[in-house]
Amino acid sequence: MKENSKSRRTFLLGGLLSSLTAFTAMMLYPVWRFIMPPKVPESTQNAVKAAKVNELEPNSGKVFPFGSKPAILIRLANGEYRAFSAVCTHLQCTVQYRKDFKLIWCACHNGRYDLNGNVVSGPPPSSLEPFEVAISGSDIIVSKRA
Amino acid sequence: MDKLKKLSNWFEERIDLSGIRKFMDKKVVPVHKQHFWYGIGGITLFLFVTQIITGILLLLYYRPAADSAYESVQFIMTSVRFGWLIRSIHSWGANLMIFFLFVHMFSTFFMKAYRKPREMTWISGAFLLILALAFGFSGYLLPWNKLAFFATKVGTEMAAVVPGVGNHILMFLRGGEDVTGATLTRFFGFHVALLPITTFFILLIHLVLIQAQGMSVPPSLEKEYNKNPKTMKFFPDFILRDAVGWLAVLGLLGVLAALFPWGLGEKADPFASAPMGIKPEWYFVFLFQTLKYIPGRILGLNGEALGIFVIGLGILFWVFVPFFDHRAQKNLPSKTFTVIGIVLVLYILVMTTISYFFSS
Repeated sequence: MKENSKSRRTFLLGGLLSSLTAFTAMMLYPVWRFIMPPKVPESTQNAVKAAKVNELEPNSGKVFPFGSKPAILIRLANGEYRAFSAVCTHLQCTVQYRKDFKLIWCACHNGRYDLNGNVVSGPPPSSLEPFEVAISGSDIIVSKRA
Repeated sequence: MDKLKKLSNWFEERIDLSGIRKFMDKKVVPVHKQHFWYGIGGITLFLFVTQIITGILLLLYYRPAADSAYESVQFIMTSVRFGWLIRSIHSWGANLMIFFLFVHMFSTFFMKAYRKPREMTWISGAFLLILALAFGFSGYLLPWNKLAFFATKVGTEMAAVVPGVGNHILMFLRGGEDVTGATLTRFFGFHVALLPITTFFILLIHLVLIQAQGMSVPPSLEKEYNKNPKTMKFFPDFILRDAVGWLAVLGLLGVLAALFPWGLGEKADPFASAPMGIKPEWYFVFLFQTLKYIPGRILGLNGEALGIFVIGLGILFWVFVPFFDHRAQKNLPSKTFTVIGIVLVLYILVMTTISYFFSS
C-alpha cells in the first residue's frame, strides 16, 4: 500500500513538474519571440550617387550612405576614384581616409587598410569590401561588384 | 521629543519592532588597522542612491528616440533650471560610483573577505559590479552622441563573437542588425527598468548577507584581533562615521559637477566616420586597449574571438574566486591570490595609462 502511494506520488509529482515546465515554456516563448526584433528586409540598393565630380579634392575621402551601411569614396592623389564598404571588419566601426598616412584608418582600434582595401596593420581580420566606381555626367556612381 | 515618542509608540502598538531594535543594538563592527576600508561599500551605496534620484529627475525631460534624445539632453543642459547640474551629477556620480565599486572590490579582495562564509556576498558583489558596468554602458548611449554611438557599436559587436548564440545576443541588444534608434530605445529600457529591478534584488541579497554575517577581519589580523577584539557599535557610531564619508563624496560630486559640467559632444551620425581619439568610458579602457593589441588571426583562429573568450574566462575566474582560493578558505595566507590581485590592478593601470597618454 505504501509502495503504491509512493509511486502514485512520484507520478503526480512528475506530472506536475512536466506541466509546470510546459506552462513556463508556453509563457516564455512569446516573450522570447517578442524580444528578438523582426527581420527588416536588407536594402536591395546596388548603386548610389556618392558625390559630384570635383566635389572631392585629390588625396581625400568621403563617407556616404550605401543603403543602410556607410561606404567610403576616396580620390587618390593621381585623381583616380576608389570605393569600399566603410564598415571596419574588426568591430564594425566606420573607417575614414587619412591624408597623412594615405591609408584608410579606423579610429576605434587603429586598424589600417591600404588603398585596395587590404589590411596593413592592426586587428582587422579581413579586407574591406571593394565597390565599383563609375562617372555618369557630373555624378560619381558607386555600385556593388557583380 | 514627546511627539516622537508618541509616534514611535503608535507604530509599536501596531508592529513589533523589538527584533529590529535588538539587532541594531547588538550589531558591532570590528575595529583594527584596516577597518577604514569598511566604509567604501557604504559610499558606493550612497552614490547609487544619488543616481536613482538624479536619474528620476532626468526622466522628466529625457526623450528616448534617435531624433529627439540628443535634443532633449541639450534642452536639459541649456533650458531647464539646474538641468546642467542634475545631469552633471548623474554623469559624474556614475563614474565615481564605479570608481568606488572597484576600490570596494579590490579592498575586499586583498582583505580576503570572500573566504568562508562570505562566498555569496562576494559573488553578489561581483554581479553588482557587472550590473553597474551595464548601467554605465547603457546610460552612455542615451545622449545619442557620436562617441557613445561608436562605443555602443564596438561594445555590442563583441557579443557577436560568442559561438552559437552571439548573433542572437547582438540582435537582442541592438534591436536589429545595426545600432539605430531601436538600440537607443532598448538601452533606455535596460537602463531605467531592467537593470534597476535586477540591481534592487541583488543589492538586497548583498546587504542582507552583510548584515547577517557581519564584517570580515582580514586573516593577517585575525589572530591578533581575536586576542583582544575591539568593536564599534554599528548604530550610531559606525553609521555616523560613514555619513561623514558620504558628505565628503557629496561635496566632491558637487564640486566636479559645478566646475566640470559634463559635455554633450556632437550628435550621433550613423554615416560619419568614427572620430579620432575615440575611447569608451575609462573603466572599459583597459579592455579596449587590450583589443588593440590582439592581432586579427592567432594560429588560424579569429584573434578577437579568442581575446574575448580569454577575457570572459578571466571574468568567470574573478567572480568565482572564493572557490579557487583554497588557502584563504582555510584561513591561511594565500600569497598567490594577492599577487594575482596586484597583477590585475597593475594591468588595469598600465593599459589605461597607455591608452590615454601613449596611444594613437
